Amino acid sequence: MKLKKNIATSENGFIFNPATGDSFSGNAMASEILLAMKNGDTEAQIKQQLLQKYEVSTTQLDRDWEDWIVQLKEANLLEATTYDSK
Amino acid sequence: MTANNYSQLCIGVTGLNANDNPGPGVAVIRALKEGLGAGLRVIGLSYESLEPGIYMRDMVDKTYTIPYPTEGTAALFERLTYIHDKEKLNFIIPNFDAELHNFIKLAPQLQQIGIRTFLPSIEQLMLRDKVNLYDFGQKNGFHIPADHKLYSTDDVQKAIEELGFPVVVKGKFYEAYIAHNKEAAIKAFNQLALTWGYPVITQQYIKGTEINIAALGDGDGNNISIVPMRKLYITDKGKAWAGVTIEDAALIALADKFAKATKWRGGYELEIMRDADDQLFILEINPRFPAWIYLTAAAGQNQPLALVKMALGEKLSRFEEYQAGKLFIRHSWDQVVDIADFQRISALGEL
Repeated sequence: MKLKKNIATSENGFIFNPATGDSFSGNAMASEILLAMKNGDTEAQIKQQLLQKYEVSTTQLDRDWEDWIVQLKEANLLEATTYDSK
Repeated sequence: MTANNYSQLCIGVTGLNANDNPGPGVAVIRALKEGLGAGLRVIGLSYESLEPGIYMRDMVDKTYTIPYPTEGTAALFERLTYIHDKEKLNFIIPNFDAELHNFIKLAPQLQQIGIRTFLPSIEQLMLRDKVNLYDFGQKNGFHIPADHKLYSTDDVQKAIEELGFPVVVKGKFYEAYIAHNKEAAIKAFNQLALTWGYPVITQQYIKGTEINIAALGDGDGNNISIVPMRKLYITDKGKAWAGVTIEDAALIALADKFAKATKWRGGYELEIMRDADDQLFILEINPRFPAWIYLTAAAGQNQPLALVKMALGEKLSRFEEYQAGKLFIRHSWDQVVDIADFQRISALGEL
């Protein structure tokens, strides 16, 4: 599943959901991942980019990714219940 | 009518009480000025000398007091005739629920002397009245919270037994309180009965996200404009002090369903609560523009301007787009006026 198509994000990590009026502030990392998701990158692609760019283990990244998806779900920013890993 | 005809209009506007429970008048005027330009002459119609809009000289060219709604249509017509003789009003936009009945009754007479209005019928006005809202919802397939009409403290007891706590206690025309126990419910009942008369209404409390929709019906079952707004900051009186336009097809469909069911003519506001299951409950339907109406103009659908054009006979196409993510943030401002101005409006009824 994907980020809802109308979600507006900015370079400084601000996120606005025009369907609900909710807004969120994210950090630079959140901004980077959201941009990749908006561009249609898959979970595998995004993780690969992060592994290349940052010193993080695959295990830690998988754990953080799960947390990230939970936060996006709670914020009602995803199209459906899971992010498509294909 | 051409743009040039619109540029020299003289429009009377009520609801100049831009206070913490604001009337829509100043926001309506702001939208009209933006749409009609400097040639527009605005005549304020006030009930009390301390309505802030009276003293906003960049908004209102001249203000006249008008009789309270309880004085009836004859007194109102006499006063409006006097004002019309002096100002040559083209159009009046009433902005208070409590005055609408009289203005609707007078609309044919006003038209005869050259003053147009664009208002719902008495029947439409009554359909959405708080007293009839639940039945209206039942008949037309809208989700409306359960309610009780209260005429005595015994009625309060019966209502809270059924609706539980918290419960919303509402005045006939304005004001609402959330009561968390019996004592608070009775206190709110007494206060609202004293201020606004009977019945007082208790309504089931719905937890969720507060959304308002400003819309403009053409009288034939269609909306010309629909702009939904989510409240971001809510005052202790339940008023939006900040809000943001949002886009959601379900909200647009709800307003269209309302316009189709009622053939609503004029501006109106749906007060919505979206619950955790995404159900849209209509808490109230206001038969006029809301105080945040300028946001419709800022987002790309100037509803007061469209209202004037429709009243003057122009056939308008429906607005299809507006900008989501447009915020309003209300503020208070201490106007300083000379006591002479206050004396003039108080003693002479004109300023």
